[in-house]
Amino acid sequence: MFSTRNFNRSKPVLFILILFPSLLWAYQFVNGNLGVNPIEKLMDELGLMALRLIIITLMITTLSNIKPLKSIVVLRRMIGLFAFYYVCLHFSTYIVLDHFLDIKFIIQDIIKRPFITFGFISFLFLIPLASTSTNNMIKRLGFKLWKKIHYLIYPVAILASMHFYVLVRADKTEPVIYMGIIILLLLHRIFKRLTRPQLVQ
Amino acid sequence: MKILGSEITPYKTYLNRRKFIKGSLASAMLATVTSSAFANHDSDLSIYTKNLNENDKLNSYEEITTYNNFYEFGTHKKHPHLNSGNFKPRPWTIKIDGLVKKPQTFDLEKILSNVTIEDRVYRLRCVEAWSMVIPWQGFQLSELIKMAEPLSSAKYVQFVTVFRPEEMPGQQKRTIIWPYREGLRMDEAMNPLTILATGLYGHEMPNQNGAPIRLVVPWKYGFKSIKSIVEIRFLDTQPETSWETLAPWEYGFYANVNPNVNHPRWSQGTERRIGEFKRRETLMFNGYEEEVAHLYKDLDLTKFY
Repeated sequence: MFSTRNFNRSKPVLFILILFPSLLWAYQFVNGNLGVNPIEKLMDELGLMALRLIIITLMITTLSNIKPLKSIVVLRRMIGLFAFYYVCLHFSTYIVLDHFLDIKFIIQDIIKRPFITFGFISFLFLIPLASTSTNNMIKRLGFKLWKKIHYLIYPVAILASMHFYVLVRADKTEPVIYMGIIILLLLHRIFKRLTRPQLVQ
Repeated sequence: MKILGSEITPYKTYLNRRKFIKGSLASAMLATVTSSAFANHDSDLSIYTKNLNENDKLNSYEEITTYNNFYEFGTHKKHPHLNSGNFKPRPWTIKIDGLVKKPQTFDLEKILSNVTIEDRVYRLRCVEAWSMVIPWQGFQLSELIKMAEPLSSAKYVQFVTVFRPEEMPGQQKRTIIWPYREGLRMDEAMNPLTILATGLYGHEMPNQNGAPIRLVVPWKYGFKSIKSIVEIRFLDTQPETSWETLAPWEYGFYANVNPNVNHPRWSQGTERRIGEFKRRETLMFNGYEEEVAHLYKDLDLTKFY
């Protein structure tokens, strides 16, 4: 049995572990060690990290259904916020480094290219999630409404994985694996809902 | 034709130069461990740079050989460099068949002894919106076509890449339908810009760049420039090509570099030159408009992309 305290204690370590890649890539980028096409590499790494963190937050919810791991849910907010952090870095790399703030071009790119459309909507949906993440916001909104808002994580995850899927030219194995995991996690939630004992009104 | 290198090197001299470069490479490596292994290029870069456009700069040997799209060795850009060590480009033969006087198989050495190896410095524009400037060594495809003696009914040329899954790990997975195929219209194939390249920077063609012999068609997206060619077929109908078969809504047979025809995945209006920070404008026919635009004067390029 892992207690809430166990998980809370692991937070500082986890914080550093998840933050570290972004610092490393930034350092490598500045020093010209990110390979031959560093902007592309930076964008790919940041995006992939964000997608993986989004999937991990979904997994945490599922894992917390297992009795001994019930308290793991205390890690979800931090990981979710890190996902948002990586998405922001990913998006600003695209805007600033890849397209040099050419806003007209970027708007066209978002509209015209389905994979960028998916990624952009996914990013937009993450904003309300991140901005309602504090305890205070949960109180102010009430848990029910807050929970409803946070259902947005499902379209976020699906759109993010589609963003990756469409981007890949030929070998779609990796994005398909991510999509598979997301679908399994969603199916588990639906299944849980359907089999939940109905409360007498 | 500013970018077109026109230094003509007889094959013998070419071989000697290769030997010289190998020799100096070895001594350079002995002399200094810390400096770049390819520092010896610096001494004879002028051979290539004198034919450069003022806006272009050569990409380094390292850039050209560690960032490749060659799915036979894996789908990541670094895979060809990492996974091509077991590939054996010699001995090599090229089968010539289809609409020719006499189908035959040429030894690569025999082909090379009949052609003139030249330096050609070309821009390479990938459909993924990045580009490089590469000093190739090779000969005009038209020279081989003359040796092949196609019939007058031949209107297209098809090229096929070698299929050796044991040496090319990417082929063990069906990412695309192997072997890789490409094609050109006869007049495109005969254009003086179209070459079969056998080397770059004075080295024999590295495995990851399509050893021992590959096509280079500088006004088309990079995927047209098929690598490690084992078969050339002359046809009277337009051949199927690999990427077009896989995703016809994305890749066409012509695949001419064209900033005005959008691709669903990448804007083709700009490109990132490897080694540069800001994007640059993509040029019509990759800047070879003068040499090739006449080939397409009767073609709707938005339809035949």
